[in-house]
Formats: sequence, structure tokens, C-alpha cells
Amino acid sequence: MFDINKIRSDFPVLAREVYGKPLVYFDNGATTQKPARVIDAVREAYDSYYSNIHRGVHALSDISSGKYENAREKVRAFINAESKKEIIFTAGTTASINLVAFSFGERYIKKGDEVLLTALEHHANIVPWQMMCERKGAVLKVIPINDDGSLKLEKVNELITGKTKIIAVTHVSNAIGVINPVKEIIEAAHKHNIPVLVDGAQGIQHGHVDVMGLDADFYVFSGHKVYGPTGIGVLYGKRKWLEDMPPYQGGGDMVDRVSFEKTTYNELPFKFEAGTTNFVGAIGLAEALNYIGSIGMDNISKHENELKHYAKERLEQLGGLTFYGTSANTISILSFLVDNIHQYDAGMILDKMGVAIRTGSHCAQPVMSRFGIDGTIRASMCFYNTKEEIDILCEGIEKVKMMML
Amino acid sequence: MSNNGKTINQVQDQIIDEFSLFDDWMDKYDHLIEEGKDLQLLDENEKKQDFLIEGCQSRVWLKPDFDGEKIYFKADSDAIITKGIVALLIKVLSGRTPSEILETDLYFIEEVGLSQNLSPTRSNGLLAMVKQMKLYAMAYKAKQKG
Repeated sequence: MFDINKIRSDFPVLAREVYGKPLVYFDNGATTQKPARVIDAVREAYDSYYSNIHRGVHALSDISSGKYENAREKVRAFINAESKKEIIFTAGTTASINLVAFSFGERYIKKGDEVLLTALEHHANIVPWQMMCERKGAVLKVIPINDDGSLKLEKVNELITGKTKIIAVTHVSNAIGVINPVKEIIEAAHKHNIPVLVDGAQGIQHGHVDVMGLDADFYVFSGHKVYGPTGIGVLYGKRKWLEDMPPYQGGGDMVDRVSFEKTTYNELPFKFEAGTTNFVGAIGLAEALNYIGSIGMDNISKHENELKHYAKERLEQLGGLTFYGTSANTISILSFLVDNIHQYDAGMILDKMGVAIRTGSHCAQPVMSRFGIDGTIRASMCFYNTKEEIDILCEGIEKVKMMML
Repeated sequence: MSNNGKTINQVQDQIIDEFSLFDDWMDKYDHLIEEGKDLQLLDENEKKQDFLIEGCQSRVWLKPDFDGEKIYFKADSDAIITKGIVALLIKVLSGRTPSEILETDLYFIEEVGLSQNLSPTRSNGLLAMVKQMKLYAMAYKAKQKG
């Protein structure tokens, strides 16, 4: 059973007030709050068995290493990867994309080659590719979107050329909530033997992700956006690519043998995990995934979908709102502007009413440019939010209109 | 903008007095919005890239005018609350000599509760505006000496 009161009580911070008003947290697209059991798992790691992994022969190191590898198995099962060797722990989505852009680029990209992105990408799935393209003399190309924010899927085949070496697409737009047809893109790309990286930063927490089902070559996400700790992220990569790609960073744990003449690298996944990783973060992430499992992803999606429809309906009733990302295929993110009111003014007023929303370009300036705007107000909801909170947001927007118009 | 013969600190104290009437944040913002309406705005053709202050989520233009003794500022913003904030700064610092501007401790910002907007990560650009005004003052001061 989906008991919203019980769920809310699982997240300590949701009980707090800001400026004397109950916190309404609608900035889940930026980061999600943590359930007590994740906080407890992190605390327990430091309290009870903290020790560096893979190195010691002593008891605590054994426990830490075991928990870390269990976390890897938990992630593997959560996204349905074939092998634990395909799960690399990183610092987050951005770090994962930088790793692939660098290592894949080093191995496969030559002057004049092409990398294909979509017009919906977050800066984190643009800039690392741009840096690699500059280094290699390669070219970035962009799949455009329609006015409702949906991808012009028919352009994918047009834009793929003999020089296209990789396609990097976001699973879900962080700025406007639109879900990309990643399965179709992957199918189209694989007809030409082109691998696809999926940026799952906004996808992993809102629905089932099955990397084998998708046949994704790379799938990346952050722990902190899926109720886990900050500073931990995941890179899933098909073994054939990860085996073939050179390491990204050098250091401890990623080596097999080191001498001053020559170093041989450790096997997967350690080859891509140089230095002491954020193993406590990984343990916390695994607990977050356990927690999601206990709620059930179907229940989460259902509640979030209800919230999205309720919020859209209520906000539309207020009048004067322009929505961006009006495609039917979206997650529980609403991106909008109110009359001609600057999003920043609206954000300032809403903040003082206890409502946390995000304003600005959402690190996706090309998306904003596509719609000819500087930014939007973004309410990103998740399964611990309620219709009552949406009512408070609506009261807030009414107040904004009253003060600004 | 004339400062009616008041010293910088007299103007700061007056702003603090005005804001002390409001307990509620919404009333403070209402007052800020009103302050913004009094701002002597830039003409559209003055809203040039040169006068745009970087680092703000909303756009702010700040144009200095130096008569050899004092600096007069005009400004505008596409966000109404930001316009109110820059209006307060102009009330305090416009029509002052470069030395006065450089030496001023802007204590009213803390007193009226706007200091949370001063952190470099806050994007309304209050810090950037203050910095820009002081940079102009520094440049004009150098010119005076030269």
C-alpha cells in the first residue's frame, strides 16, 4: 500500500519549516531528499566498520569491501545489467560522462568524426563531448526538438553519417521533463553499429530502467537524485566497450602491476576506479535502491503521474501560465512562466512562502534558447510530494501575480 | 539622483528605518518593488552589453556618469525585485565622490535582511552590483589623480 504519510515520515527533512512555513520541496530535479535509512546506513558505515576497501587483510576492510561489492550487485540488479563488471562507481552523472567522453574519445574518435546529441541535453552531456571534440578535431551535431519539446525522431536517421561514432542522449530532460524515445534512438543507432550513451540523471528515479532491455551501451546516473548520498554516481557500460577503452584516471586500485617502465591495468570494474572511491556513498546508494524497492517503482510512477496531472490542471486554472515541454510524454516536472513576470521574481516570493522551486536555465541553456527564453520556473515533484503541497504552490503563484502585476 | 544633502550613512539609516516597519517578508518585497519604481531607468539604447553586469540570473544594467567630482548611476533590470535592490544601492551611492563610494561600509544590506543575497552563489547579483559600482569608483578615482 502507498501510504503517503508513512513515506513522508521516512524523510526527516520534510518535517521542517522555512521562514516559519512548512517546507514544500519541489526541487527534486536538482537533488532529492534522503530517507532516514540511507542516512543511517552511511552513519553505520562510519560508526561500525569503516575501513578502506580492497586493500587490508583485516576484519573491517573485509566488511567494507564486502558491503561495497554488495552495493555494486544491488546497482546491477536495479538496472538489470548483465554483469557486476559493467558497473563503475563514479562521483556522479557528470563524472561518468566525462569518463566516457575521454576514454571513448581517446580510443575511437578521430579528426572529422561526429558525435550526435539532442537539443534537450543538460550542460553535463554537452560540454564533456565538446571538450573531447575540440581535442580530437571532431564535430558535434544536434538532433532538434519540436515545439512541444519532443524529439524530432525522424531526424535521427538523417543526422547519422558514416562518421558518427557515438550518440549521447538524455533519458529525460531536466529542464522541461520530456522523456526521450531512447529505445528507438538506440535501435536506429545500432543499425549502423553506433553506440549510445543515455544520461539517466532524471530517468533512474521515475521509472524502471532496464539497460539490457534498452540495449544501451552506456547508462549513467547520480546517487543524489535517486534518494542516495551526494558524491556517488554510476557508469554502466557494456563490457565490450569498457574492456576496449583506456583508463580515465591513474592511481591506486586501477592497476595490476606497476613499475617505472610499464603499468598493466586491473580488470573491470576496477580499471576505471582509480584511488579510494566513495565506497560509503555506494553503500548509501544501495540502501536508497533498497528503499525504492520497498515502495515499488510502479507505485512511485503512479503517484508522481497523479501529482503531475493535478499540478498541471490546478496551475492552468490560475491563468496566464505558459508551459514548456507540453508533450504528453513527460515526468513529474513542470516548467513554466507566469504572464511576463521574471522567473527570478517569482522564485524569490515562492521561497519566502516555503516553496522550493528552481528558476533559471536549469543548466540547459540551449533548451531555453530553443524556446527564446532566459529561463523558467521549474517545479519538479517526486513520490513524497502531495496535492496539498501543489495547492500551496498555486497560492504562491497567485501571490506572485498579485505582487508583480 | 539627488541625495538631498544627506550623508551616505544618513541615507542608509533612513532605508533601515523604512524596512524596520515590516515584519513580513512579503511586505519587505512589496517595499523593494516600490523602491524599484522610483529608479531612474536607462533608455532602451543605453541597455548595452557594456553596462550589463555579469553573474546575475536576472539581467542588470548599470551605467555610471562622472562629472569630474561625483558619480551618478542609472540602472535597470528585467526582474522587479532586482530593480528594487539596485534602486537602494543607487539611493545610497549615486551622487557621491569616488572616494566616498570606495570607503563606504554598506551596513544597511545586513540590517534590512538582504545579506543572504550577498553570498557569491546567490544569483540576483547584489554582490556583483556592489563590486561593479566600486570598480567604477576606482577607475574614476584614478582618472581624477591622472
